[in-house]
Amino acid sequence: MSKFIDIAALDDIPRRGARVVKTPQGCVALFRTADDRVFALEDRCPHKGGPLSEGIVHGTSVTCPLHGWVFDLNTGQAQGADEGEVRTFIVCLDGGRVLVDASFLSGRSAA
Amino acid sequence: MTGRQKLVVIGAGMASGRMLEQLFDAGADFDVTLFNAEPRGNYNRLMLSPVLSGEKSYEQIVTHDAGWYAAHGVDCRFGEAVVKIDRANKVALSGSGGVPYDALVIATGSAPFIIPVPGKDLPGVCTYRDLEDTNAMIAASLPGSKAVVIGGGLLGLEAAAGMAARGAEVTVIHLMGHLMERQLDPAAGYLLQKDLERRGIRIHCKGATKAILGKDRVEAVLLEDGTVYGADLVCMAVGIRPEVRLANDTHLHVGRGITVDDQMRTSDPAIFALGECVEHDRQLFGLVAPLYDQAKVLAATLLGQTAAFQPVQTATKLKVTGVDLFSAGDFADAPGREEIVFRDPGRGVYKRLILDGDRLIGAVLYGDTADGSWFFDMIKQGKDVSGIRDTLIFGPAFAGGPTANPLAAVAALPPEAEICGCNGVCKGRIVTAIEGGATTLDAVRSATKASASCGTCTGLVEQVMALTLGAGFTANTNPAMCKCTDHTHEDVRRLIKSMALKSIPAVMQELGWKTGGGCASCRPALNYYLIADWPTDYVDDRQSRFVNERNHGNIQKDGTYSVVPRMWGGVTTSAELRAIADAADRYAVPLIKVTGGQRIDLLGIRKEDLPAIWTDLNAAGMVSGHAYAKGLRTVKTCVGTDFCRFGTQDSTGLGIRLEKMLWGSWTPAKVKLGISGCPRNCAEATCKDIGVVCVDSGYEISVAGAAGMDVKETEFLCKAVTEAEVMEIIAAFTQLYRENARYLHRIYKWVAKVGLEWCRAQVEDPGTRRALHDRFMLSQSIYQTDPWAEHAGKPADWAPIADLTLRAAE
Repeated sequence: MSKFIDIAALDDIPRRGARVVKTPQGCVALFRTADDRVFALEDRCPHKGGPLSEGIVHGTSVTCPLHGWVFDLNTGQAQGADEGEVRTFIVCLDGGRVLVDASFLSGRSAA
Repeated sequence: MTGRQKLVVIGAGMASGRMLEQLFDAGADFDVTLFNAEPRGNYNRLMLSPVLSGEKSYEQIVTHDAGWYAAHGVDCRFGEAVVKIDRANKVALSGSGGVPYDALVIATGSAPFIIPVPGKDLPGVCTYRDLEDTNAMIAASLPGSKAVVIGGGLLGLEAAAGMAARGAEVTVIHLMGHLMERQLDPAAGYLLQKDLERRGIRIHCKGATKAILGKDRVEAVLLEDGTVYGADLVCMAVGIRPEVRLANDTHLHVGRGITVDDQMRTSDPAIFALGECVEHDRQLFGLVAPLYDQAKVLAATLLGQTAAFQPVQTATKLKVTGVDLFSAGDFADAPGREEIVFRDPGRGVYKRLILDGDRLIGAVLYGDTADGSWFFDMIKQGKDVSGIRDTLIFGPAFAGGPTANPLAAVAALPPEAEICGCNGVCKGRIVTAIEGGATTLDAVRSATKASASCGTCTGLVEQVMALTLGAGFTANTNPAMCKCTDHTHEDVRRLIKSMALKSIPAVMQELGWKTGGGCASCRPALNYYLIADWPTDYVDDRQSRFVNERNHGNIQKDGTYSVVPRMWGGVTTSAELRAIADAADRYAVPLIKVTGGQRIDLLGIRKEDLPAIWTDLNAAGMVSGHAYAKGLRTVKTCVGTDFCRFGTQDSTGLGIRLEKMLWGSWTPAKVKLGISGCPRNCAEATCKDIGVVCVDSGYEISVAGAAGMDVKETEFLCKAVTEAEVMEIIAAFTQLYRENARYLHRIYKWVAKVGLEWCRAQVEDPGTRRALHDRFMLSQSIYQTDPWAEHAGKPADWAPIADLTLRAAE
């Protein structure tokens, strides 16, 4: 069984936006889509280290604010011609609260 | 077992009613006592909406009348509430004594949420749950009376439509961004809102209720944003929660609802529960289909048969006459899911199917729900649809017909819709000209003047030609805005105006966007177009802005930001410099640099420090310099007549006044000005987007310079004699650019497309110039605000949402 940590209320994350969680292994971006799905990805573009949490969220993708790489929030995979991926983490919603897998504390990837 | 079993049922709702039917149909031999807090038996609650709207009467929706209960020997205790269950002795206690049971069924249903706001207990505030509520709304819905419904979900909208049908003036206040957000995606929510507004129902989304106002009874509703809606009646329909008070008092296991197993048994083996009050497998139930399944299972359990409740997919339909809406299954995005979207703006049709691998798992239909049950079947059966995926969205009737029409939006325009804004040419006149023999673009241009001026509507004119001429016409191919649409930027801009599209979902729906939520390329463009075209209607969408405009600073390669305070006309004071120096020390700013636009740039600020440094600079009287904006950046000046021995006019003063007029305006791309006091041109005005060179006899205004990727000298626009004239011309020219250019095109690129002649004609005509100037000022009355001041007070929004590094250390 995974252990989950209560991080914040869903409404603390803007729709089609993101907020950052600091973890021992670096920053993780919590994304919220237009239809209230939540995803957790490493907040660091593999290209030049851009903060993905500051990208524009469209559908279940985010576009890196620095050079426009697009990542699938489901898989962390870069889309289109770009090659690379960011780590994804387990996150879940319970009654309007956002919970993250305790592996956040150790920085262990869920994928 | 000996003798007849004694069954006590608490609650005469649709679930327990169905359960009793099943029991009696199976010939069961029970002594049934039925308690109900409402002073009546079972009626079809789903049909309260037609009762409210006047399409049905209460008598028509009764499902079990006194005769039915009598025929089955049910001891009816209507209007009598059970106050306690004595589990040890198996007795249900009410006001009139105790009734022993062998088996007890709790079917207490749900209770409406009451938002805890001041005024919630005033007379005239009701919920929408039972016949009493319905009658209260009917009594209040006299023609001309005002009703406010709080909650834009299924129930709230049915209440609103019902009262509107009776003649009340109804306003719906909804907390979320679009209606019925649990059943609908934003696009379908937008269509629903449009339909309801057409029926005269006012919809206020993103509205949080602050208080219900009134002295002796309800008079008005006050929202957090300050809006006040007058109200003779307020209906709260914000949601329901399981009614579990009795179960709690009885010490049964209760989560969010009364916990039951697959046989509908609670933690006490003699007590069962069903309906909206139960929680099964961590799930609650609000729609009727699963409740009927529960009724079947519980009846079988009571009869000693084997049965297990398995929740199934449910579908939703809104019971508002004339609104076709259907949603079923799961339509959220998730790993491995794909969507198929179909939009027909002309008919107001929207369909979205959600696939998980080869299976259909969700559907949202609006405007045409004929295929709803077919899709619902597919969802329930979990059929492999890979073989019919190509045509799936067209439903069962598809027989190889034509595919979606990309010209639908233009086809749907009425003849009087304006296509060419410059020359005021409507669609009808273009069609008439084409039918009269104008079969080429040039011929249409000479016959109607359409697209003969700035040319931005060329794509639309070509689409009208394609529609009128059919296969006989091939249009020039302009690149589409992005992969989400076939329309060009120019077409989208014109259609936003002529179709009065005032939100991003409206644009995406009416123009047939191919993606659900756009992309990082079209969203900022649409947000800009809507700001520029509907300054008083549209609300800026922060999440559709690039990082720099969202965070009001330029992001640097390491994720830090730069902070540039505004220095009007490049002029500063010792006090401002001191405040900047203090801020630089306090936040350990790694680099302080003077910019090309005569400003001071503080580089390397961490995001979480931005609100604090802005607060400090605000306190010294400085505002954001918008050094990050597709908007007015800087007005660069030289010292002019005040100090310079060559100066001919007050170039510094003019620059300051121009900057104070223009700051805060959003434009298609950045705008920089230069004001030089004499032809020596120390402010380098002739390579700016707009430049002014002062001469003895007045001011020479030139535009469309560039000093970036392209280097280009400005072109002479016109001459002005007074400063006031300069101000009006520059405001008008800026507005012309704001209204016509495509997003990210600097002024020089736009002028190259539309021609300087055309621009000059606009700003030289006194009437047009005045109108452009006034529209610019109207927009400024809303958008000329300091973003630093707006955001400085909310530092928590700029910091990480949580810090687990501290937790790990513990």
